[in-house]
Order: sequence, then structure tokens, then C-alpha cells
Amino acid sequence: MNVTIVDYNSGNISSVINSFQEVAKDKVNIEVTSDLNKIKSSDKVVLPGQGSFKSCVDALKKINGLVDTLNDFAIKNKKPLLGICVGLQMFADIGYEETETKGLGWVSGKVSKIDNLNGKYKLPHIGWNQINIVRDSKIFKDIENNSHMYFVHSYEFHPEDKKVISATTDYSSKIVCSIEKENIFGTQFHPEKSDKAGLKIINNFINL
Amino acid sequence: MLKNRIIPCLDVKNGRVVKGINFVDLQDAGDPVEQAKIYSDGGADEICFLDITASNENRDTIYDVVKKTSKKCFVPLTVGGGVRSVEDINKLLNCGADKVSINTAAVQNPEVVVESSKKFGSQCIVVAIDAKKNSDKWEIFTHGGRNNTGIDAIEFSKKMVDSGAGELLITSMDRDGTQVGYDIDLMSKISSKVNIPVIASGGVGNLDHLVDGIKLGNASAVLAASIFHYGKHSVKEAKEYLDSKGIPVRI
Repeated sequence: MNVTIVDYNSGNISSVINSFQEVAKDKVNIEVTSDLNKIKSSDKVVLPGQGSFKSCVDALKKINGLVDTLNDFAIKNKKPLLGICVGLQMFADIGYEETETKGLGWVSGKVSKIDNLNGKYKLPHIGWNQINIVRDSKIFKDIENNSHMYFVHSYEFHPEDKKVISATTDYSSKIVCSIEKENIFGTQFHPEKSDKAGLKIINNFINL
Repeated sequence: MLKNRIIPCLDVKNGRVVKGINFVDLQDAGDPVEQAKIYSDGGADEICFLDITASNENRDTIYDVVKKTSKKCFVPLTVGGGVRSVEDINKLLNCGADKVSINTAAVQNPEVVVESSKKFGSQCIVVAIDAKKNSDKWEIFTHGGRNNTGIDAIEFSKKMVDSGAGELLITSMDRDGTQVGYDIDLMSKISSKVNIPVIASGGVGNLDHLVDGIKLGNASAVLAASIFHYGKHSVKEAKEYLDSKGIPVRI
């Protein structure tokens, strides 16, 4: 099996690579590439993302044909795809970081700044927070409710259809931190930095 | 609920740990990778490496250490010490650091903070501030505490937030190495003036100091080095103690 981590210059992805390699060992081949043919032929795709919504969308678009290839992979061919952090946020129709930017439109909704209640809560939301699993998700197999995950973000995803939400986390409000829509998965937290529970989620995705 | 973090810090010189945990079962007490792994297995919320390598020819040793550590530890890794430029930050991130802390360069050339936070995102830019009390204010020292800049630490903290810092690591020069506790006044003043997380550092001698750093200093995270060295306290003990005092921690 081939799992491809999309390398589209979205910031630092070495931790994502390390964690997938740790979980995959020799059983699964982990590719790190922006090569369209390799993405097309892979079994699963991971879409990381660091920095702003706009910078990530811009970086995706900069690679000719990448957005179309990802659309074919996730929407047309319905193959498993995992978005992490801004990778998840880009599933939305629109994001408001820096400036209004169109997303991939895979999961209807918008990405806006976390309301920190007039400065009562610090932003970014950095550190370990517990997840409330609100619905079964294949990537949560053997993950206990209230497990700790590592977060670092200032923007949050508001999906239109609440049924896609698989977990939330409590900060200034209930923040959507995991979604599952058919073959599309996303986590706002960083499984690659979330110790054993995070590696378990990666393992679950690889074993889908 | 967001948890307060405990961050053990390891001083690394020429690729070796200077002061470290002195556990009997350690294969190589000077190996930073092995020590970091012990901390992360013990529940450390983050690992911090401070590179104190003095000579330029050995500066590359830290990259190798970061590379190896990031393949074994799956909690955030912050690396600081001698970070001068956007290129230095890029190299550390590519080696597997999750955050880079910038000290002297942030004072001498704040553009480094502006540029790097734009390029890599604020989430990975930690500005480390070494401050020392001078009558009614705190002044910033650079170059590992050797140079007094006269710059007001609180004003500078606000400036760094505007420049794009994601977190501030505040070390009290008066307390560092004394084991008498954090400079609570300094921590709480800065924490109340900025809206990004503050990491308290400098002076921890016992577990109550960690509690004070969070409860009185309003720090989001507490960094300590020596209490975790030589097995005086484990990270697990520290977390259990904080938990018993009603502080939310990841256990």
C-alpha cells in the first residue's frame, strides 16, 4: 500500500513524515511528493497544512494540476484522504484568514477566527486539550473519549452540516476538531504531535 | 479544557547534554536523543533543547540531534540557542523541530520574527526573552545574558506579539539557577499585557514553584531544567502534584 503525504510547500511537514514512517514501519510505503501521477496512483493521501488558510490555498494552486488531482482523488474516486490542521480547514468553501479565500469546497462551511471572548482566552489555542468524541469515526477506533491531543491554531472550521463533526474540543466555545464525511477525514489537532493517541489515529487511517 | 504544559529543557553543547537526568538505566547519559525520549515517555508535554554550543564549527551538531529526536519523540520539540536568521529557522524546522525559539536575534533584528512568522506561521515562532530587574522595571539581556540592552521587557514583549511571535518564553535572569522560584511579578505582568501564551522559565527548585508559575504568574506553560535532572523529580510526579493542586494537566 502507498500513502502519499502531499508536499506542496505548506510549511514544516517533517513531523508528519516522521510520525507516518514510525507507524508504517516496513508494511506501508510512505511517499512525500507533489508528483501528480504518484498522488493519483496512491491508496491514501494526507494533506498537511501550516501557516495561514490563504498561504496554503495559494501554495496548492501554485502546483499546476494539484487541486484537480486532489479533487479527482477525494471527490470523484472517493479514496481516503486525511487533512491535518489547515489541511482540514481547506476542505471548507471559504476561509477568512488574512483575506477572504476560496477553499476546496469538499465540506460545506467556513473557517473563521476563534472568538476569544474579548481577550479572555489566549490565541493561538496552543497545547493539549481533550477531545469530545460526538460520533463514531473510523479514525477513532480504540481512541478513548476525552483523549488529549495537541492543538495549535487560531482559526476554526464551521461546517454547515453538523453531522460531519466527529469530535469537538472545549476552549472559548466548542471547537470542531475532527470531521468525517464519507472518505474524507480531517483533524484540527496534530496527531503527529499527540503522542501515543495521535500515532494510534495515524495507524487507524493507514489501516482503513 | 486546555491543559497547562510542563516543558523539560535540556542544555545541549556540541551535540551532548550538559546537565542531564542521571538514571542508572541510561545507556548514554550524554545522549540528548535518549534523554528526550525519557521525558516524552514520562509525559512531558513538550521538549525543549537549548543549544549552548559556543564554537561555530560545532554548530551543525544540533541539526543532527534534532533530526534523530524528531524520529523518536512524538510531542512538540522546541529548539533554541544561536538562532540568527530565517535560514537557521528553516534548517531547524526541516530537521524536525516544531518550534524555534529566537533570543538575541529578535532584539537585534526584529525583522527576523516578522519574516519567519509570515513564512512558517506564528505557531512555530517562540521569542525567548531574558530579563533582569532594574529598580522598577525589567531590562532585556542578550548573548546568553552577557549584554544589557536596557530595553524594557514588557514593552518588548508587546512588540514581539505585533511582530508575529506565537509564544513568549520568559526567563528571569535574577532567578535562573537559583532554585528559589520564578519571578512571579515579571511573569504575571507580561502575561496580563499580551494575548499569546507565556512560558515561565528560570528559578524552579521545587514542585510548588511550578504551581506558582501557573497560578500566580498566569503562565500557560512552565519550563524547568534542573529539577528534572539527576532524578530529583520526574515529569510524572510534577504533573500529579499540579493535578493535586487543581491545575489542569495532561495525565
